[in-house]
Amino acid sequence: MSEITPQAVDAAVKAALSAISEAQDSAALKAARAAHTAEGSPLAKLNASMREVPADQKAAAGKLVGEARAQVNAALAEAEGRILAAEEQAQLAAEAVDVTAVPSRRRTGARHPLALLMEQMGDIFIAMGWEIAEGPELEHAWFNFDALNIGPDHPARGEQDTFYVEPADRHLVLRSQTSNVQIRSLLDRPLPLYVVAPGKVFRKDELDATHTPVFHQIEGIAIDKGLTMAHLRGTLEHLARAMFGQGAQIRLRPNYFPFTEPSAEMDVWQPNAKGGARWVEWGGCGMVNPNVLRSAGVDPTEYQGFAFGMGIERTLQFRNDMNDMRDMVEGDVRFSQQFGMVV
Amino acid sequence: MRVPISWLGDWVDLPADVTLEHLHAALVKVGFEEEDVHGFGVQGPVVVGRVLSFADEPQSNGKTIRWVQVDVGEPEPRGIVCGAHNFEVGDLVPVSLPGAVLPGPFPITARKTYGHVSDGMIASERELGLGDEHSGILRLHERGLVGEPGEDAIALLGLDDSAVEINVTPDRGYALSIRGLAREYSHSTGAAFRDPALEPVVGEAAGYSVVVDDAAPIRGRVGCDAFAARVVRGVDATRPTPSGMVARLKLAGIRSISLPVDISNYVMLELGQPTHAYDLGKLAGGIVVRRAAPGETLETLDGQVRKLDVEDLLITDESGAIGLAGVMGGLSTEVSDTTTDVLVEAAHFDPVTVARTARRHKLWSEASKRFERGVDPTLGPIAAQRVADLLVELAGGTIDPLGTVVPYLGEPVPIAFSPGDAAALVGVDYSDDEVRDTLTLIGATVDATVDRWTVTPPPWRPDLIDAPSLVEEVARITGYDRIPSELPIAPPGRGWTREQAASRRLAQTLAAAGLTEVLAYPFQSAATVERFEPGAAAVQLANALDPQAPYLRRSLLPGLLDTARRNLSRGLTDLGIFEIGTVFRPEPGVAYGTDELPPGAVELAPDVLDALTTGLPPQPRRVAVLFLGDVVPKQPGAPAVSAGLADALDAVADVGLALAADIRPVTGAHPALHPGRTAELRVGARSVGIAGELLPSLARELDLPGVVAVAELDLDALLELGATEIAARPIGTLPAATQDLSLVVPVETPAADVRSAVIEGAGDLLEDARLVDDYRGSGVPDGTKSLTFALRFRAADRTLTAAEATESKLAGVALAASRLKATLRE
Repeated sequence: MSEITPQAVDAAVKAALSAISEAQDSAALKAARAAHTAEGSPLAKLNASMREVPADQKAAAGKLVGEARAQVNAALAEAEGRILAAEEQAQLAAEAVDVTAVPSRRRTGARHPLALLMEQMGDIFIAMGWEIAEGPELEHAWFNFDALNIGPDHPARGEQDTFYVEPADRHLVLRSQTSNVQIRSLLDRPLPLYVVAPGKVFRKDELDATHTPVFHQIEGIAIDKGLTMAHLRGTLEHLARAMFGQGAQIRLRPNYFPFTEPSAEMDVWQPNAKGGARWVEWGGCGMVNPNVLRSAGVDPTEYQGFAFGMGIERTLQFRNDMNDMRDMVEGDVRFSQQFGMVV
Repeated sequence: MRVPISWLGDWVDLPADVTLEHLHAALVKVGFEEEDVHGFGVQGPVVVGRVLSFADEPQSNGKTIRWVQVDVGEPEPRGIVCGAHNFEVGDLVPVSLPGAVLPGPFPITARKTYGHVSDGMIASERELGLGDEHSGILRLHERGLVGEPGEDAIALLGLDDSAVEINVTPDRGYALSIRGLAREYSHSTGAAFRDPALEPVVGEAAGYSVVVDDAAPIRGRVGCDAFAARVVRGVDATRPTPSGMVARLKLAGIRSISLPVDISNYVMLELGQPTHAYDLGKLAGGIVVRRAAPGETLETLDGQVRKLDVEDLLITDESGAIGLAGVMGGLSTEVSDTTTDVLVEAAHFDPVTVARTARRHKLWSEASKRFERGVDPTLGPIAAQRVADLLVELAGGTIDPLGTVVPYLGEPVPIAFSPGDAAALVGVDYSDDEVRDTLTLIGATVDATVDRWTVTPPPWRPDLIDAPSLVEEVARITGYDRIPSELPIAPPGRGWTREQAASRRLAQTLAAAGLTEVLAYPFQSAATVERFEPGAAAVQLANALDPQAPYLRRSLLPGLLDTARRNLSRGLTDLGIFEIGTVFRPEPGVAYGTDELPPGAVELAPDVLDALTTGLPPQPRRVAVLFLGDVVPKQPGAPAVSAGLADALDAVADVGLALAADIRPVTGAHPALHPGRTAELRVGARSVGIAGELLPSLARELDLPGVVAVAELDLDALLELGATEIAARPIGTLPAATQDLSLVVPVETPAADVRSAVIEGAGDLLEDARLVDDYRGSGVPDGTKSLTFALRFRAADRTLTAAEATESKLAGVALAASRLKATLRE
């Protein structure tokens, strides 16, 4: 049994502190801990011999051994912290990568800008309390023409302009405008009516830089009591400002459409156009022709309203400074990917 | 319509410093869109020269050139080399001096040629941009021109004129004339207008026999409701057309042909009334206007023999058809150089008759364009007289004292109109006076003596038929820029519908998952339709753009494959694309559409409307995805990951996420897909789509390398099946117990079935079961596989013991054993 003397305790502590301070990694520290604090180590043996210390000396011896153990344990804790920090530093250094070349695990996708633009314009109208209406792409000619005051001899009905479904005498067409939705909305929805109809339309044009046989329109119709062309202008101006900035303006020029009277061509002042602010032709509009209302069973002496329509491709063209229509329709992923999720 | 400035100025006062920009601005204001400007592109000096002498000099290249001395009003004559020989000493000719620029542009310089310094150029009509004549130089006297050497030939020839081109909307036929546009310019600017159609007309007795005999009017409208004819005898048809007339016609876009034809065109452009000149000597007896007989033919002026339709309206004589009324004359009675006696026709034809004939024969002439859009029906006698007068003036001859007039008996229909209508529709507070004055200005007669006015439109405005059309005139003439801006207040809306919001969410989800949205055309070939759905009916177009692709898509997949191919051809080899779009899926044997086409402007009976609304083939919307090449490209320290069925199914899971639909794959089959790698997609028991890898043979046929993974789902069905309201369960927070389970089953048993059995058998305590391994080989019997699932158990109210978890697991094993002959792997 060791005798608890200051010399013995001091020697054990010195040996322990020396071993601890020499430990450079977790393994060495673990060995030092085993050799100097575990069962059988000098300090443990001194501690065990406390049993044999006479009662009157127990307090002094206990204090001596206790302080020694506390000193060694503190050194161990300090060394542990030091070694862990060093080891973590080494690990972090080893794990450093070139963050500019981290392998990607996913591809990048994109929305089609035409679809995004239709949604964005829809949002603007939704915010005004309007609703979004839809209708069939393959449609009965009555909805596409007759109900819209486009008579049976109108040139737009020709086979060189409109796609007809076989057999043609069953009067089905690929809609040449989203205006069929005007009639369907008037028939299906309660008045007053405020809806826009974005969608795909078809005309018999060969694909080139400025034409495509399949394209998109957004059309709006508002039917209420007392609506005037002033409300038409106000609505278009609001839309223009939401899309082109506060400086946008609307200019109306007299024009002719069978489904509106008076009719107007609308130009938009695009304040932030690349190359300078300018007027751009945007679409057609006017006060809904009473014959259109009659077709849908609405009394034109009680209700009146306005309608407007613009091409989405054209809007994208001048808004986003594009030249060639083909880029929009060929499905080249590079086209959509330059937009990502924002148009 | 192209409007030469000088011509317009004949009938309305123009500012002295008038510009093309000014004219465009003035006409745009009243609704005529700016299209273009036209001029001759000739810059001076181009002067009148007199040929003093010349010498013909044969050249080694076989040509003989003339070395000409020309007096151009300078002290000394100029020497000019000329290739033409059609002139004589003393002739006046146009000379382009060095510094001039002729159309081309072709700058003129003094240059050395054929051994001389040629100090300018003597020009032909073609070189000046006046016409096609290039067989010789222009001799001014042949165009009826005189002048002095040195005088400006540009002004003399009318080459200093220019024209604005404007778009005339199809309702305004009257504006396809100088008369109509001079009037509109006057409306726009207030300048004084002089009506060229106010000249007095003489001779309305029966001169030449003309009978209108329309046995089959279209929609109750007689094909010809007015016909004026004048005869001019003893004309010299070979006389040249004055250069000023040639220049105006040229600027207006019409080529000079011969004096009688030029006069006819000139009057048409000026008044808007098409006229026709017949060689009277070639006419056989009186004129009858009638519909064509079955099998009748006519050789038109353009040399085409046309098979006539019984709806075609004809001008005939005793020999048969001599003209397609209002469209084109016949060859047999054409005026020629030998014509001496001319019959001038100025008639009014029904717009629908003319439009149908023009369309039927694909013959859109200047005349048909005007009749289709509406010609003033009272103009005929005036126009016939004007043509006759010009013939006498320019080609000699005399007018027969007796003319022929089948008079227009129609009356413009008065319109009931309240002055407040304009303000109520336009939103501008027009005064009553302003409304009345505007309507009077455009030529209408306004009876404003009572509250409800009566407005009678002028005869040249067949488009004015109701109050809104009059309101448009008020708004147009007083200016659309007066319309204020006011935002209407719509009733509260309900936002995007659930379906609209869901499909938008779907597109966003797929894009965020790495797919790129595309929009393909719906046109497909018969072979494509057959390849993807053998025997299925597809909608066929009667007039497809590409005769090889007349069918409408039943599936989005062929379009995606086309798009993939196009991308591949551009070097984009790794693709993930999607489309959301309509497909057209007719049922076999169903006759869609209706035989009847009801009229517009009237409310339809419910059953008629119902037939129109519902007689359409189903047009569901679908969503489809395609993967090709690498989904993850090769990168530093990471190998490439090729596209495969897994990617298609991941996309399907994204679709399910976006639409709140629980979409499960089961073993499936599709004629275009790999038989061992095709999943039918189901929600519950309902089939909603397909996913798989393209048949390798089809991929090869389409030149698509490697694996092409696709999926297509019925979006409408998913919207219907997707959850609308999610019932939330409490989340268990007590500790979970996890165990692994390996079951041996026959290799053909779908893992999903095993998993379902385990879940069902284990009961509520099993919270999650995930397949972590599929092992085949030593240790498991041939023809079987070992499926390992990681199971997680949890109870809502207590901490589970291992024994409880094991008991639950074994219950799952028991069900899998009884249902699928699964055995626990030891």
